[in-house]
Amino acid sequence: MRRWRGSVVAARPAARPLRRTEELGARLARVDWLLVIAVTGIALIGVGMLYSAAGGSASPWASRHAVRYAAGLAVMLGLAVFGLRRCFALAYVGYAACFLLLILVAVIGTGAGATRWIDLGVMRLQPSELMKVALVLALARLMHGAGPDLTDRLHVLGPALVLIAAPAALVLKQPDLGTAALIVAGGVVILFLAGVAWWKFGLAAAGAAAAAPVAWSFLHDYQRARVLTFLEPERDPLGAGYHILQSMIALGSGGAFGKGWMQGTQAHLSFLPEKHTDFVFTMLGEELGLAGGVFVLILFAVVIGRLYRIGLLAESRFGRLTALGVATTLFLYVFVNVAMVMGLAPVVGVPLPFVSYGGTAMLTLQIGLGLALAVAVDRRESLDAARR
Amino acid sequence: MTSPQEDRQRLTRRAFLIGGAKALVLGGLAARMYQLQVLEGDRYRTLAEENRINVKFHAPRRGDILDRFGRPLALNKRTYRVLVTPEAVRDVEAALDRLHAIQPISPEERARIMKLIRRNPGFVPVATHEHLDWEAVARISVRAPDLPGVDVVQVSQRLYPEGPAAAHPIGYVGAVTEKDLTDEPVLSLPDMRIGKAGVERVYDLALRGEAAESKVEVNAVGRIVRELERDPGVSGDTLVSTLDLELQRFAYRRMGEETGAVVVMDVATGDVLTLTSNPGFDPNVFAQGISSDMWRALSSDPLSPLTNKAVVGQYAPGSTFKMLVALAALENGVVTPGNGFYCNGVHKLGRGRFHCWRRTGHGWMTMNEAIAQSCDIYFYEVARKVGVDKIAEMARQFGLGSRTGIDLPSEAKGLIPTKAWKKRALNQTWQLGETLIAGIGQGFVLTTPLQLAVMTARLVNGGKAVKPRLMRQRGDRERAVDAPPVGIAQENLATILEAMRSVTSGPRGTARGAQIRDKEFRMGGKTGTSQVRRIGKEERRLGVRKNEELPRRFRDHSLFVGYAPLDRPRYACAVMVEHGGSGSKVAAPMARDVLLEAQTRGSADWRPALAPDARAAFDAKDKG
Repeated sequence: MRRWRGSVVAARPAARPLRRTEELGARLARVDWLLVIAVTGIALIGVGMLYSAAGGSASPWASRHAVRYAAGLAVMLGLAVFGLRRCFALAYVGYAACFLLLILVAVIGTGAGATRWIDLGVMRLQPSELMKVALVLALARLMHGAGPDLTDRLHVLGPALVLIAAPAALVLKQPDLGTAALIVAGGVVILFLAGVAWWKFGLAAAGAAAAAPVAWSFLHDYQRARVLTFLEPERDPLGAGYHILQSMIALGSGGAFGKGWMQGTQAHLSFLPEKHTDFVFTMLGEELGLAGGVFVLILFAVVIGRLYRIGLLAESRFGRLTALGVATTLFLYVFVNVAMVMGLAPVVGVPLPFVSYGGTAMLTLQIGLGLALAVAVDRRESLDAARR
Repeated sequence: MTSPQEDRQRLTRRAFLIGGAKALVLGGLAARMYQLQVLEGDRYRTLAEENRINVKFHAPRRGDILDRFGRPLALNKRTYRVLVTPEAVRDVEAALDRLHAIQPISPEERARIMKLIRRNPGFVPVATHEHLDWEAVARISVRAPDLPGVDVVQVSQRLYPEGPAAAHPIGYVGAVTEKDLTDEPVLSLPDMRIGKAGVERVYDLALRGEAAESKVEVNAVGRIVRELERDPGVSGDTLVSTLDLELQRFAYRRMGEETGAVVVMDVATGDVLTLTSNPGFDPNVFAQGISSDMWRALSSDPLSPLTNKAVVGQYAPGSTFKMLVALAALENGVVTPGNGFYCNGVHKLGRGRFHCWRRTGHGWMTMNEAIAQSCDIYFYEVARKVGVDKIAEMARQFGLGSRTGIDLPSEAKGLIPTKAWKKRALNQTWQLGETLIAGIGQGFVLTTPLQLAVMTARLVNGGKAVKPRLMRQRGDRERAVDAPPVGIAQENLATILEAMRSVTSGPRGTARGAQIRDKEFRMGGKTGTSQVRRIGKEERRLGVRKNEELPRRFRDHSLFVGYAPLDRPRYACAVMVEHGGSGSKVAAPMARDVLLEAQTRGSADWRPALAPDARAAFDAKDKG
C-alpha cells in the first residue's frame, strides 16, 4: 500500500471510505478462518462442559463463558484488521502497561493467599496472564529491530533477558510459581527461534541445574509439597494428593468413549474439585472418554499448526516471532494443564484455554490469537521502514 | 552477515524442531490418556465405583432356639430406638426438650447426645433412647408432627424367656469384641451380637444367618444420594435342642437353694433332656449390655453362678464309682457275684487303716449287697484284687476320664488315675493304698456330673457307648442311635443292674427312702458321698465326729445316679449337690422327683412340635 504525498486532496476523501471498506473486506478475507473455526469449536466444547459442570444449567458458568468468548472474538478480529504496523508500534507500550499492572498488583492486589488479581468490578484482572503475550510482543519487536546478526550480542541479549526476568520475578513474588515458569519458558523459546546460539542454551541449562537446590530452598512449603505430591500422589491421598488421584480416577473411569455428556459420576458427586476450572479436562475425559479428549487435543493441534503456518509464511521477523511465540504460549497452557490433570505435572493452577472458566486467560489468548491473525493479514508486510 | 533467507531458513529449522517437540508432547499426552482410560480403565472404573458406592449392612435376624417340643428357649424381641437427625431439625435443643417431656433423658445422656451431634456431620442420626418398648414408642409416634427429624427404628434384642433355668446350656449373646473380629464385614455392625457361651456360641454361625446388604450411592462427603440395590439376606437357622423346657424348669426349681447340677439323658439316643447348674444367672442381662458392676458381682460370687457345674465341675464320684469297680472285677474274672467279703468296719493295709462308712461294719457282703448298702470294705478288697489299671480301663469305656464331646464350648475331662499317669503327672510310684481309695471313688478320681449321667446311661442301655448331645439332628425322630457296644458281657451288666435296683428297692438299700411310689415309674441307681476332707484326729478329739458338724465348705458332696423305669430303662440321671452331705439324704430325693417328672411328662417321647401355637401365643404377648 503506497502512500500518496501531495496534491490531489479532493480525490482522497472520496476514495478513502470505499478503499477502507474494500480494505476491510480484503483484510478479513486474509484472516485464517480455519484457525478461528477451530478455536470457536474448542470454546463451544467448553460451553458444553461448563453446562454439565453446573449440573445441567447455563448459569453460572456456561452462558458467561459464551458471552466472554464472543466479546473476545470481536477483539481477536479487531486486532486482525488493526494492522501489524500498529501492533509493532505499540509493542513496548503494551509491555510497559502490563509491567505497571504487575507492580500494582503487588501493592494493592486481592486474592486468597496470593495477590494475583486486581478487582475491576466487572471482572478480576490477572496481569501475570497478560504478561505472557505482552512479553512475546516485546521480545519479537526487540529481536526484529536487532536483526539476525545482533541477536546474540550482549547488548541485545542482556535487555532481552531483563525483559524476561523482571516480570517473572514479580510474578514469583506473588507467589505464582506456575505462571512465572511459563513466562520464562515462553521467552526462552522466542530467543531460541530468533537465533541465539545453541551453546548459550546449554550454558543456561547447566546454570539452572546448579541453581536448583538453591531455588528449592527459596520455595514456599506448599510449593515444595506440590512437587513432592506430584512425584508421589499416594503419599497424601486425603490431602494434597487427593486432587490428582481423584482426577486420574475420574479420567481413567471414562474409558474409550466416556460415560456420556452430563453423566460423569465423579464430577457430579463432588469427588472432582475445580471441575469448571483447572480440572475441566478431567471431566471432559470422564464424560467423553478417550475419543473426546483426543478430539480436543487434535483441535488444539490444528490451532497451533495454523499459527505455525502463519509464522513461517510471514515476511517480517516480528511477524514470525510473534506468531510462533503465541503458538508456544498456547501450547504451554494446554500441555501443563492436561499433564497436570493426568498426574504428569505438579498442580500449578493453569487453566485449559477456551474450556476452563475464567476471564483473563481466555482474553490473553484471544489477544494473542488476534495478534497472530494480524500477522496473517499483513503477512507481506516486511516492516522494513520500522527497522532501526 | 546473515542474509534474510538464511535467517528465515534458520528460523524455519528451529521452528520445526520446536514444532516436532510439541507434536511429540501432544502425542505423549494422548498416549497417557490411552494408558489411563483404556489400559487401566477398568481399574479406575472400580476405584470410581468404590468412591461413590457404599455397601451398607444390616444385621441378619438371629435364628431361634427351641426345646425338643418347639417351645422357645431363645428368641428375638423387638425393641425400639429413637434417632434424631440434626439437619432435619431446626432447633436441636428444643427437639430434645420435647422428647424429654415424653420419655425422659438424663443429663449425662443429654450431654453425650449433644457431643455426638456436634462432632458428626448433620446428616448422621444420633440415638437418644434405646431398648424402648412398644408403649413408649406409641407415645412418641403419636406426637410425630411435633417432632420433625425424629425417627423410630426397630432393633432386635435377644430374649431368653426361661431366664436362669436354661442359662447354662443355652448360653447368651453379647457384643462383638476385638478378639472376635474376622474379615466378615457384618461383625463390625454396632448392633451385631454373637454367641458368647453355651449353645448360642457353639452354633453361632448357623444361628447368625447372612447379612442384608444395600448398595447406596454417596457423594464426596458421604451423604447418601440414592439407593442402588438391596439384598434381603438370610435369617439364621432355627435350632431345635434336645432339652425339655418344662423338665429343665422343674429341675432348676427343685434344686432350690442348693448349689450343684442335675443332668437327665435319654439312654438310647443320648439326648440331653435337662442340664441344670445352680446357682444360675439371668442371661437377659447380657442382651442389653451388662454393667461392669454386675459382671464383677457375678464373676466373684463364691458360688460361681457363671460356671456350668454339670460339665465343668469336677468332683470325686464317691460310691457312684463302685459299679465300674464291680464290673471290672466281673469282666476280668476276679470275683463272681456270689463271692463275698466280710466287712467289720476296717481294712488293714500295712500300717494304714481304711475304714468303712459304717464303723461297725456290714457283716458278710456279696456284690449285690455291697452295692445296695455301699460297703467300702468289699470294694477295698475287690479293688485290691483287680488293680487300678483295669479299673481305669473299665471307667474309660463308660465315658469317664475324657471329654464326652457334648456340644458346649468348654468341658472338663475329669481324671481316672493309672499307675502310668501318676508317674507321668506327679513323678511318683503308685501306692496300693491309692488303689483302695480309687475303689470307692475317692483319691485322684474326678468326674463331672455329665460324665456320671453318661456312665449310667451306658450301664442301663445294654452296654452301648451312647454319646450325649444337645441338638436334635435334622429329621430324626425317636430313634435309637446306633451306638457301638462297649463290649461287656450281658450277664455282668445284668448283675450290676440288679444291684442298682436293690439300692432303691432292697430292704437295706441306701436310697430305699427315696423310692418312687408309682410302680411303673420306679427308679434304680446308686448313692454317693464325695468326701471333701477327712476329719482329722484333732477334730475328733474336739468332738467333731459327724460331717454335718463341719463348716459348710468342708462337708461332703451329695451324689446320686439313677435310671427309670426299672424294667425298660429310658432315662438316666445324675444329681450332684455341693456340700449336701450324704447322697441318700439330699441327692437321691432330688433324683426321684426329677425322674418321676420326666416319666410322667414323657420327656423322651417324640411328639410333633407344638411350635405354631406356642410361638403365636408368645408373639401376642409381646405385642400387647
